[in-house]
Amino acid sequence: MINIKNLHKKFEKLTVLDGLDLTINKGGISAILGPNGSGKTTLIKCLLGMVIPNKGDILLDEENVLKKWDYRNNLNYLPQIANFPSNLSVIELIKMVKNLRPKESNEQELIDLFGLNEFLNKKLGNLSGGTKQKVNIVLTFMFDSQLVILDEPTTGLDPIALIHLKKLIKKEKEKGKTILITTHIMSFVDEMADEIVFLLDGKIYFKGSVDKLKKQTNETDLEHSIATLMS
Amino acid sequence: MLKILKYSIYDLLRSRWSYVYFIFYLLIGFVLLFLNNDINKAVITLMNIIIVLTPLIGTIFGVMYYYNSKEFTELLLAQPIKRNKIFMGQYIGISLSLTLSLVLGLGIPFVLYGLFRSTAIFDFSLLILVGSFLNFIFVALAYNIALSTENKIKGFGYAILMWLFLAVIYDGLFMISLMLFNEYPLDNFSLIATMFNPIDLSRILILLKLDISALLGYTGAVFKDFFGTNKGFFLSFLVLCLWIIIPLFRMSRKLRKKDF
Repeated sequence: MINIKNLHKKFEKLTVLDGLDLTINKGGISAILGPNGSGKTTLIKCLLGMVIPNKGDILLDEENVLKKWDYRNNLNYLPQIANFPSNLSVIELIKMVKNLRPKESNEQELIDLFGLNEFLNKKLGNLSGGTKQKVNIVLTFMFDSQLVILDEPTTGLDPIALIHLKKLIKKEKEKGKTILITTHIMSFVDEMADEIVFLLDGKIYFKGSVDKLKKQTNETDLEHSIATLMS
Repeated sequence: MLKILKYSIYDLLRSRWSYVYFIFYLLIGFVLLFLNNDINKAVITLMNIIIVLTPLIGTIFGVMYYYNSKEFTELLLAQPIKRNKIFMGQYIGISLSLTLSLVLGLGIPFVLYGLFRSTAIFDFSLLILVGSFLNFIFVALAYNIALSTENKIKGFGYAILMWLFLAVIYDGLFMISLMLFNEYPLDNFSLIATMFNPIDLSRILILLKLDISALLGYTGAVFKDFFGTNKGFFLSFLVLCLWIIIPLFRMSRKLRKKDF
């Protein structure tokens, strides 16, 4: 599904990605982990075409996507910070994003799930952080795409919304979708991820299942194994 | 692009600032007409305001909109749309909504005062046209600055400096150079120097048409002499168009390499 070859990215003098190679197979949840500043977001943004790599190739389903834009129709992305134009209402924003993508969408189901019905006509500027994140989630999951990328999806969510989100992600996985998640919450990774991709110094430091990681580091819980990996 | 444009306008038309700007022009229009009691005189006073103010507002709005909608732009960048289209849509959206405030804000008082029955209608339309050009030019320049400057405060600073330079400092330098070199023939120099500043160019364009270029002294005379009124008129408009096209061209080049 995703095939990244020899990816390099420098921001002025700071090398963020340094010859990264990564293959992610179709279907399943991969968690991209790493210390702060290890290049997780840069990697994701390269995949989305928001950051332009200095060198290397990114192939989605055998097709090079660098400098292209239409492949994003088959990709859903949940950005880290949800900040929307404050003068639009929730329903207007949803309609707008629908308008931009010529695709079927099931927003009503998600609006009901996250209890957003009463907020539909409220201005986005007046919503709380958690509610904005719910809108963000609706915008991400309302389209049926093969690749779903979630950057810190749990930010600001209350426990009930978190349970809904987990169910939602599992449901998408059952449909055979490829899901990439970055997060710092290890219990979330432990519960959800099939595979862990650990980034360090712009390269893949570890790739494999949660069990493999625990075995390799001789630790019983994920948090400690990650800590061992970092040190 | 049209979809982005539509939503940018929609968003801006609901923002408080668009209305503040609109009401400001409305008030200026009424006050000037009330004080001058003459459309022709009001147009001249208005020119002095428009020529300095529209660039300032265009600059501030452009930079502000870019930085404020940064996260939302990122959301759009993840959608299947070309980068260029997103930014062009936003750019045209801001410029158009500012132009709308200008046209309506000044149009309403002047039409109520009897613009259509007056001889000043042509001068007034020219004024509005030039004001609109200045909107489009300065929003484009502001977007260029914002795109090249990650830091919001720095971006604001550069944009205001750019406005200050073109609106005030440039004229000062121009005057000093005219005084220093007044023993040499300066016609060509002053012509070319005018072209390099959209604010000066707009001012001269209007003054030429208002037929009070004698008041302008040297530059006005040179302009009339050199082009004859019609030729100068079209050349000036051509240069104003270039002042939009060149920044937009740079913007689309910059976008090809920019990381978000």
